[in-house]
Amino acid sequence: MRVSFAKDAYVLGAVAYDPKVVTIWEGFRTWFGSQGLAFDYVLFSNYERQVRALLDGEIHVAWNSPLAWIETERAVAHRGKRAKAVAMRDTDCDLTSVIVVRADSPIRTMADLRGRTVAVGASDSPQATLIPLVHVRRESGLAPGKDFEVRRNEVMVGMHGDHVGGERDAARQLVVGEVDAACMIDGNHLAFSREGTLPKGATRVLSQTGRYDHCNFTVLDTDARCARFTELLLAQRYDDAAVRPLLDLEGLKVWKEGRTTGYELLTAAVNEFGTVDEFVEST
Amino acid sequence: MMRVDLGDLGFERGGQTLVKRALSRVPIGETVRVRGSDPHLRLHVVSWCRGQGHTVEQTTDGLTITRGAASRWNGALVAGRADPFDADAVVPHPDPAWGLAPRGSFVEAGGPSFEYPIASRALVWSDGAQRLYRQAAAAQWDPATAIDWGAVIEHDDEIEDAVVQIMTFLIENEMAALQIPASFLARIHPHFQEVVQVLAIQAADEARHVEVFTRRATLMRRTLGLSTVGGRQSLKTLLDEPDFALASFLLSVLGEGSFLSLLRFLAENAPDPITAQVAKLAGQDEARHVAFGLEHLRRHVQEAPALLPRLARAIEARHRTLRDTAGLNEEVFDSLVIIAAGDFRPASIARGHDLVEALQQDMDRGRKARLSSLGFDDAEATRLSALHTRNFM
Repeated sequence: MRVSFAKDAYVLGAVAYDPKVVTIWEGFRTWFGSQGLAFDYVLFSNYERQVRALLDGEIHVAWNSPLAWIETERAVAHRGKRAKAVAMRDTDCDLTSVIVVRADSPIRTMADLRGRTVAVGASDSPQATLIPLVHVRRESGLAPGKDFEVRRNEVMVGMHGDHVGGERDAARQLVVGEVDAACMIDGNHLAFSREGTLPKGATRVLSQTGRYDHCNFTVLDTDARCARFTELLLAQRYDDAAVRPLLDLEGLKVWKEGRTTGYELLTAAVNEFGTVDEFVEST
Repeated sequence: MMRVDLGDLGFERGGQTLVKRALSRVPIGETVRVRGSDPHLRLHVVSWCRGQGHTVEQTTDGLTITRGAASRWNGALVAGRADPFDADAVVPHPDPAWGLAPRGSFVEAGGPSFEYPIASRALVWSDGAQRLYRQAAAAQWDPATAIDWGAVIEHDDEIEDAVVQIMTFLIENEMAALQIPASFLARIHPHFQEVVQVLAIQAADEARHVEVFTRRATLMRRTLGLSTVGGRQSLKTLLDEPDFALASFLLSVLGEGSFLSLLRFLAENAPDPITAQVAKLAGQDEARHVAFGLEHLRRHVQEAPALLPRLARAIEARHRTLRDTAGLNEEVFDSLVIIAAGDFRPASIARGHDLVEALQQDMDRGRKARLSSLGFDDAEATRLSALHTRNFM
């Protein structure tokens, strides 16, 4: 009668933004095990706790939001180390966000947002808050909170916008006229239109941000286990019936090698708004 | 290059249906050109393609989509054929992972394994299942209109008591005949679709029989007749039989087979038209139940001759279990005699008694004929028929 504990397991950290996260990583744990890699996972209630765990060596790889990537990168720079993004989803690459107004709105240019109210997602959402706001700042020179009002929808702060609730609330506020514009990731404009949150033909895209990347698997040590983890991940195929349900749950067709060239807009945003300064200093 | 002109149709109103249709017609790695005037078209095409694993190139006059390699249909296969009479339509051992996928559908590989303990063609299949199901569906009758519930009942109270006792016996037995197919049908792999349908409609038939027998019993009475320990012991041995072939044999071939004679007897000797009608209609349904039992067991015996001695042992085992029980309760026997007699004059009772004896001989002849049709020789059929429960079912 002994407990089972693989002390040499490769441990991943993930943020539990939805109950399906358990299903996903239980599935991956079983699958990695079937491939001969002892693998385990730890779930966190927010990305900052996860980043700390990675820094402290409690986990080996963090399934990080783009903001958590920047937090990690900056925190380890303090310590003279480098973080590495080893893999990401195909659906994490080349995203955009849009600033949407009502179709009949008099707002025609970004400059017209002066004095208006713009609804965004949670304060720490790259796609629904930080990137759109720095985009407005860059394109129009308007400062959020000063030249126009920002209506934040603080749903599950700490989860970096992974939960769609804040974006949906912003879209609803736009439709009922509580705000003049709303920010959302490109895919959600289609999703909200299909589900009826945005009535068909009722909105106009005022502006679209440049491309950016989203989540990545972040490591601090690229040891042999990390290499094996990455190798197995990149070898997963959507046509493998044993793997496909996991990929469907995670929302991807194929894993890509990690790249960090797509975080320029978000980096500009956190520099502009000082989003992560306090956290990074605390590490 | 495949081209799609969406006009003003956007993805908010189904534009992706046309794009998907075009992509399905080009090989992986080939392109589809999409044009349209919807203001959100570019935004939606790009994000939709990202989620689908396709790549998009934006040009001044449209979008060029390159079909991605990811497909959930690699490794999928067709699970048999929808028409059970096509070649290889019904496979011997359907994959548990096919689950509820209709026979003949294109089934994505993977997914959970379903727990269907009865998943062997040899065990359940009958080529006659489709025909019997269709006959049953066409022959469903409405208790409210098929029976003249307003017909006059003129016989005296004691005759009515006998009718109520017989109805009580029938309700109890038909509930067993409802629950047994119902308990098996959810355990049969849905690949054997027509078999599940036959059992479902069989259960529905029995539900209707329970209804009409109850309605007949309560036409003149507030309480029903007697239910004996012996009767319940006999029926419990049927409910307790976990093997589909054996349960089907004991219930449909022997039990419901004997009931064919009983219901015919009631239809012919009923003291009132309502009793005659409910017995006649129920008997028509029971004949189908018997036919299905015989057909799938005959096929089973052909594929696996070792089933025959197992069937014999099942009768023997049930006989041993019930040997020391009362069997058919006296009240049921007496009620049958009274119904056949029609009154209480000694000569009438003697005639009724003769008729009930003839009924038992008729049941025995029917059982022997059915046992013979399954492959038992005459001597064995005679021996086994005699071991059948005295409770009829």
